[in-house]
Amino acid sequence: MIDDSPLLRATGVSKFYGPRTGCLDVSFDLWPGEVLALVGESGSGKTTLLNCISTRLLPTSGSVSYRGRDGETRDLYKMTEAERRFLMRTDWGFVHQNPADGLRMTVSAGANVGERLMAVGHRHYGDIRAAAGDWLSRVEITTDRLDDLPRTFSGGMRQRLQIARNLVTNPRLVFMDEPTGGLDVSVQARLLDLVRSLVTDLDIAMVIVTHDLAVARLLSDRMMVMKDGRVIESGLTDRVLDDPQEPYTQLLVSSILQV
Amino acid sequence: MATPLLVSDVSKSFTMHLRDGMTIPVLSKVRFALEAGKCAVLGGPSGVGKSSILKMLYGNYAVDNGQILVNHKGDLIDIVTAEPRSILSVRRETIGYVSQFLQVLPRVSAVDVVAHPLLQRGVDHVTARSRAEEMFDRLNLPEKLWHLPPATFSGGEQQRVNIARGFITDHPVLLLDEPTASLDAVNRAVVVDLIREKKKHNVALLGIFHDADVREEVADMLIDVAAFAPELAA
Repeated sequence: MIDDSPLLRATGVSKFYGPRTGCLDVSFDLWPGEVLALVGESGSGKTTLLNCISTRLLPTSGSVSYRGRDGETRDLYKMTEAERRFLMRTDWGFVHQNPADGLRMTVSAGANVGERLMAVGHRHYGDIRAAAGDWLSRVEITTDRLDDLPRTFSGGMRQRLQIARNLVTNPRLVFMDEPTGGLDVSVQARLLDLVRSLVTDLDIAMVIVTHDLAVARLLSDRMMVMKDGRVIESGLTDRVLDDPQEPYTQLLVSSILQV
Repeated sequence: MATPLLVSDVSKSFTMHLRDGMTIPVLSKVRFALEAGKCAVLGGPSGVGKSSILKMLYGNYAVDNGQILVNHKGDLIDIVTAEPRSILSVRRETIGYVSQFLQVLPRVSAVDVVAHPLLQRGVDHVTARSRAEEMFDRLNLPEKLWHLPPATFSGGEQQRVNIARGFITDHPVLLLDEPTASLDAVNRAVVVDLIREKKKHNVALLGIFHDADVREEVADMLIDVAAFAPELAA
C-alpha cells in the first residue's frame, strides 16, 4: 500500500562549520517503512546530515518536518526542546557507531532496555523486566545476561544491546550511524541480518549512514550518494549500484574489492 | 484486455566516466508490447543488449530516453520516471524477475528466500512456506537443502531456488533472464511447464533463452534485439 504523505521531509538542509561546509542544500522525503542509506567517504557530510535530520545538530538553514503518530506534520526545529526529547525517546531510535555512546555502561543490560520503557510511562517492574528479557533474546543475547553490565559484553553484543534498547519502544523511525563499523566481518554479518529482519518485521523506517556499499545493498531500498556535503546521486539502491551515473559514484562502485 | 507492458522508443547508453567520459550506445528506439498470456523472447547475439532491456524494465538500469509503461493495479506507471517507492511497489505487485544469479542473504534458509515474496503480499507464514516447499518438490531440490541458506548450494541448486522464488507469486508480468542456464534436461522440462502454466493464468512473459529447445517450446513471439542497435557513429 502506498501511503500518501512522507514520515520525514528535509528541505534545503545546510550546515556550515564556520567557513567549512558540513552539508549543503539537501532535500528528500522519507516514507513509512522505507530504508534510506547515506553513503560517501569520510568527510562527505553524511553524519552531519544524519545529525541535522535527527535534531542532534541545529542546521544553519533549511527545515525538517516529521509526521507524528497523531498524523500531524510538525517542523522539528519549531518544537520545544522537551517535545523534541520526547520524540527521540518514544517514536525514534538512534544507534551510534560506538555502543558506549548509546548505552549506559554502568547499569545492567536489562536496565538499559527497561529504562526506555520507563521513559514512556511503564511502571510495572515485572512487565518491564519481562519485556527487557524478551528483547534481549530477540537480539540473540541469552537472558542469563540480563543483570550483567554492558562492560562485560563483547563489541558485537554491545551493539545488539544498543539495538534492543532502541527498538523496545516500538519506534517508527531509527537512525543508524555506521552500526557495523569496528566489528569484525562475521559479527557484522550477524548484526546486519538481525537489523534486516527486525526492520522488515516491524516495518520501521530507517536512515543509515555507511561507507560500506555492501551494507547499503543489503539493508536499504534507496540510497543517496554524498560528496563534499552535497547529494550527487540518488535512487533505488540496486539502480545506483548496478548502473551508477555520476563520475564519483562510478568511482565508489568500481573501488569495491571482489571476494 | 489492457496491454500489461509497453516499451516506447527507449534508448540506453553507458558513459564511462573513469575512461575519460567515453560513451557506449547500447540500444536505440526499443519498442515492443507484451501480451497477457503470451511469452515473448528476446533474440540476438550476446552483447546486443538483451539483459539490459530486462534490467531497464525492472528499474535496475537507468534509461536515457523513452517510456516503459506498465499497468500497475489499474494505474499506468512509467518506470523511466517513477519514484523509487513506486518502482518497489511495481516489483512487489506487478513485475517479477528471475535472474541467473541469486542474491544470497546470510543466514536466511532457502525456504524463507522463496516464501518471502508471498509474505510481502500478505500471505501468512505457514501457507507461504508450504507453497515454497511445493515449488522445491516440483523442481527436484533435495529436501535436506530446504532449510539451509543457499550460499553453499551448487549453481543449478541456486538457480532452482531463484526459479521457485520468481514463479511462486502471481505477478502479471514476469521477466526471465536465462532461467534454464544451469539446469539438466529434467528440470528444464519443469521450467517449460511452469511457463505454460503462467501463460494459462494470463501472465505476460518476456525472456532470454539461450537453449534453442526451450525457446521453441515456449515462445509466442520473437523480438529481434539487433534491430535496436544504435547506428554506428562514423
